Amino acid sequence: MTGLLEPHAIGQSLTRLDGPAKVTGTAPYAFEQPVGDPLHLFPVQATIARGRVTAIDSSAAEAMPGVAGVLTHTNAPRLASDEDRELWVLQSDQVAFRGQFVAAVLAETPEIARHAASLVRVEYAEEPHEAELRADSAKLYAPDELLAGEPTNTFEGDVDGALAAAAVTVDQTYTTPMEHNNPMEPHATIARWDEDGLTLYDSTQGAHTVRVTLAPVFGLDPRQVRVIAPYVGGGFGSKGMPHAHNVLAGLAARMAGGRPVKFALTRQQMYSIAGYRPPTIQRIQLGAGADGRLTALAQDVIELSSKIKEYAEPTGKGTRVMYAAPHRRITHRLDPLDVPVPTWMRAPGECPGMFALEVAMDELAVACGLDPIEVRVRNDAEVSPESGLPWSSRNLVACLREGARRFGWERRDPTPGVRRDNGWLIGTGVASSTYPVYRLPGSVAMIRLLGDGRYRVSIGAADIGTGTWTALTQVAADALGVPCERVDLRIGDTALPMASVEGGSSGITSWGSAIVAAAQAFRDQYGTEPADGAEVVAETPDNPDAARFAMQAFGAQFAEVRVHVDTGEIRVPRMLGVFAAGRIINPRTARSQFIGGMTMGLSMALHEQSVMDPRFGLVVNHDLAEYHIAANADVGDVDAIWIDEHDPYVNPMGSKGIGEIGIVGAAAAVANAAYHATGIRVRDLPITADRFLS
Amino acid sequence: MIPFEYLRAEDAASAVAAVASRPTAAFLGAGTNLVDHMKLGVASPELLVDVSRLPFDEVEPLPGGGVRIGAAVRNSDLAADPILRSRYPAVSRALLAGASAQLRNLATTGGNLLQRTRCVYFQDVTTPCNKREPGSGCSAIDGYTRYHAILGASSACVATHPSDLAVALTALDATVVVLGVHGERQIPLADFYRLPGDDPHRDTVLEHGELIIAVDLPDLPFAARSTYRKVRDRASYAFALVSVAAALDVADGSVRDARVAFGGVAHKPWRATRAEEVLRGAPISDESFLQAAEAELAGARPLAGNEFKVPMARNTLVAVLRELAQEEAR
Repeated sequence: MTGLLEPHAIGQSLTRLDGPAKVTGTAPYAFEQPVGDPLHLFPVQATIARGRVTAIDSSAAEAMPGVAGVLTHTNAPRLASDEDRELWVLQSDQVAFRGQFVAAVLAETPEIARHAASLVRVEYAEEPHEAELRADSAKLYAPDELLAGEPTNTFEGDVDGALAAAAVTVDQTYTTPMEHNNPMEPHATIARWDEDGLTLYDSTQGAHTVRVTLAPVFGLDPRQVRVIAPYVGGGFGSKGMPHAHNVLAGLAARMAGGRPVKFALTRQQMYSIAGYRPPTIQRIQLGAGADGRLTALAQDVIELSSKIKEYAEPTGKGTRVMYAAPHRRITHRLDPLDVPVPTWMRAPGECPGMFALEVAMDELAVACGLDPIEVRVRNDAEVSPESGLPWSSRNLVACLREGARRFGWERRDPTPGVRRDNGWLIGTGVASSTYPVYRLPGSVAMIRLLGDGRYRVSIGAADIGTGTWTALTQVAADALGVPCERVDLRIGDTALPMASVEGGSSGITSWGSAIVAAAQAFRDQYGTEPADGAEVVAETPDNPDAARFAMQAFGAQFAEVRVHVDTGEIRVPRMLGVFAAGRIINPRTARSQFIGGMTMGLSMALHEQSVMDPRFGLVVNHDLAEYHIAANADVGDVDAIWIDEHDPYVNPMGSKGIGEIGIVGAAAAVANAAYHATGIRVRDLPITADRFLS
Repeated sequence: MIPFEYLRAEDAASAVAAVASRPTAAFLGAGTNLVDHMKLGVASPELLVDVSRLPFDEVEPLPGGGVRIGAAVRNSDLAADPILRSRYPAVSRALLAGASAQLRNLATTGGNLLQRTRCVYFQDVTTPCNKREPGSGCSAIDGYTRYHAILGASSACVATHPSDLAVALTALDATVVVLGVHGERQIPLADFYRLPGDDPHRDTVLEHGELIIAVDLPDLPFAARSTYRKVRDRASYAFALVSVAAALDVADGSVRDARVAFGGVAHKPWRATRAEEVLRGAPISDESFLQAAEAELAGARPLAGNEFKVPMARNTLVAVLRELAQEEAR
C-alpha cells in the first residue's frame, strides 16, 4: 500500500483540454495530418471466403491516368515475420476470409484509386469454407489460455453433484451475436518511408503498440518506426492493435518513392478488416437453496475464433469474480472459422459473459420467488471466489442498494406482464456489473521543468476520446503538487516515452502510476528548488498489493423497459448505473465514460448484430444504415452516479478504470426489465420486436 | 465510382431529352440514394442530369380540390406544409418517419418515390442479385430476410420498397405526373410500382428518360383522419419492418370508407384493397379490423426469418384502425 495522492486537481470536473480544438475542427485526426504530395490507397478485397488467388489482371487499373501502381501478392515488398497472420498482407495467394486484401491501387486522388480498384480483376480457386458458429462443431477446441492469459477452464468442487442436490436450478443457454466496434472515426493511417524508416500517422489506441507490433513485421528495429496519434475518434478496442490496413499502407508507402500514402477504410471495409466481438453461445447452470444462495455455478462457453489467428474472448471472466458458490465450473471452447479476425470490443469477456450470468441470476430470483437484488446480495462474495484473495475494495452491495433507492425499486411488484400504460407494457430490471483493475507494465513518464515554471510531462499514451489529455494532466498536477495550468502534457507519439495500450480500462492506472513515480523521482532528485531543464524518467512500478488483493470495480445497472402490446416494439426510457470504481479523477469525463458505456450496452441490448451470411462468409449489414446502433431517439434518461470508494491498494490515485464497466451488465438489465414487462424471457441478443409477437 | 459527366438541367424538357437520348444517363435529385449507389458500384451512370433546381418546388391546390406536390419539394418542407398536415396527415407523418432530419432537408419528393430497395444483397456488388444484375440469382431468399417481402414476391426477388412517403401516397390514391419525350402522362401510384415477377430489375413502369414532375393527391375529405404508423427496429433512422398508412371514414358506428396501404412488406407499397373491402360497411370493432387485416394477409408468404411480419402487420393495422376510429369519435 502506498499513500494516495492528496487530491487537489483530482476530483475536479475540469472541462476537456482538447475540447476547443475538437469542436473547432482544428484537432488533427490521422487522415487530416498535413503531409505534402500524398498518394491515396484503395484496396481490392477477396470475394471468396477461402481459397487461392489464381490470377490478377490489373492492366485496366494500371492504364488509368493518375494510377501510380497496383500492389498484389506478386509484387508487394516482402514482410519479415508471419507470426501474426492477420498482418501477413499480400504475401501469398492464400485467401483466408472474405474481405481480405488481395490487391490495392495507389493513385493521385482517392477517387482514381477507388475507381481503378474496381477495375482490378481477380480470379480465385475457391475452397469450401465455414463461417457459422455452431455449438455442435466438430472443430471445437480448448485454447491454451484466454485473451489476457486467463485460464481456459476452472473447476472447483462437484458441480454436477451440487446441481443434482440443489433445491432450485437454472439451466439455460444464452447467445450474444457478432458485434462490430464502429468507432465514429474510421481506421485511417498515413504511411511514409524515408531513410530513417517508417512513419505512421495513425488512428490507434496505442502509438507504441503499433510500433512494437509492426516493426518486426517490416523487419525494422522499433526505433525505425514512428507513430503519431494525438487525437483518435473512438476505438472501443478495434484500434487496440494494428490491423491489416496499417501493413498495407506501409507496403504501399515503400513503393511510393518517399511520398506519403493516405489510407482510410470505408465503413464497409471496417467490417472485415478492423475486428469485432465474436458471437458466443453460453450455457449457464445455477444450483441454489430455496433461500437463493448458490451452491453450484457453471458457465460453458462456445465462441467464434478465426482460423488464421486465435482469439479467445474471456467470456467467463466476470463470472469467476462475481458470486460465491462452492462448486464451480467455467469453460471455454473455440470454433475456428474462415472469417475475419476478431478483436477486443469494449469489455471483452465481461460484456457478453455478464449478459448471460446476470439474466440467469434474474431467472434464479424468479425461480426462488426472491427479489433480484436480494439474490445478488445473498451471493455477494466476501473473497474472490476462485483466488480466495480478499478484495482491495468491493462495493457491489452498496451499488445495488443505492441504485434501488434512487430508481424507486422498493415499489416494484415482481409480477411480470401486469403494468400497462397506453398500449405499452412496462417493466424494470437490474443487473450487476464488474470490471478488473488492470495495470499494464512498461510505461515510462518523463518530467522536465520548463523555463516558464511549467512541467512538461511526456508519455506516449493515447486519448481515444475518453479524456486522457485532461485526466492525466490532473494526475500530473497532483503528483507534482502544482495547478493544472503548470502541467504541459504530451501524449500520442512514439517520440515520447513508452506507454502501454489504451485498453482494459488500464490507461489511468498504468500511465498515471508512471507519472506519479516520475514526480516522486523528480522530487527525490531535485528537492523543492529544481533548476530549469531538470528532468527525470520513471517506469510504471509493479504493484506489490496485486498479489495480496483481488482488484475489481463493481456496479449495478437498472433499466426501465416498455414493450408495445401490438407491435412488440421495445423502448428503454430510463437507465441508471451506480458504480464503485475507486476515486474518480474527473467527474465530467468519468460520467461521459459511464453513460457512454451504458448507452452502448443499450445499443447491444436492442440493436447491435453483425449478420453473418454463412454462404458467403460475409457480414451483410455492413454499414450504419443496416447495422443498427442506438439513435438519439432510442436513448432516454441515462444517468450514472458513483459511490465514494476508498481503495489504497490499486494505485497512487486510488482509481479504478472506468472505460468499460459502463457497458457490463447493461444489456442484462434491459433483458430482465423486458421479462418483467412482458413475462417473455429473451436469452438471445439483440432483443427485437419480433420476440414479443405471437 | 466511375467518372461521370454532370449537367444542370435548365428546364424539364431538356432534362428529359438529355437523359432519354443516352441509356447510361440518370436524373439526379438530392442524390441521397443514387450517390451512395455510385460509390458502391450499384449504379454507374455516365451522365447525371441534375433536376433538383427545376421549378417543381411548390405545393399547389388543384382544380377539383386536390393538391399538386412538385417533384422537387424537399421532404422536410412537404412534411411541414400546412395543407398536407391538415388534409393529408398520413403523408406528413410518413415523411417524418423516414430517414433523418439531414436527409429529409435534402431529399426530394420525386427522388423519395424512386428510392431503390435497401436489400443488403442489392447493395453489395459482390453478392448475386437479380435486381442489380438480372439472371445472377437472388441471395436474399435463403439469406437475411428481416427486411424482405411477405406479399407479392417472386422466386427472382423478395426485396421491399423502402419509401414511407410512397406508402401514404398509395393509400390516398395519389397520381404521379411524368414528363417524357412524348409529353406528359399521369400514372396512378398504385400502378406506378411493379411487382418483381421475372423482371425485378425494374422497380416502376417508368421508361428511361421519363421524369417525375409532380405528385397529385385527389380531394379526399376523410384523409383528414389519416395516419401513418411505422414499426422498426430502432426508434428513428431505420427502415420499416412493417408500416401502415390508413384513412378511415366513419359514420354511425360503422366504417363508410377506408384507405389502407402497407409498407415494408412487398416490392411496392401494398395497397390493401381486400382489407378495404372488408372494412366498408363493417361495424367499428377490433373484430372487424382483425378480419380486414387477415383478409389482406391471407396471401402472405413469409420467408424463413421474417415470419414475424405477418402478425406484426396484422396487429399494426388493427391498432391503426382502432386509433383512427377513436379519433373520429371525438
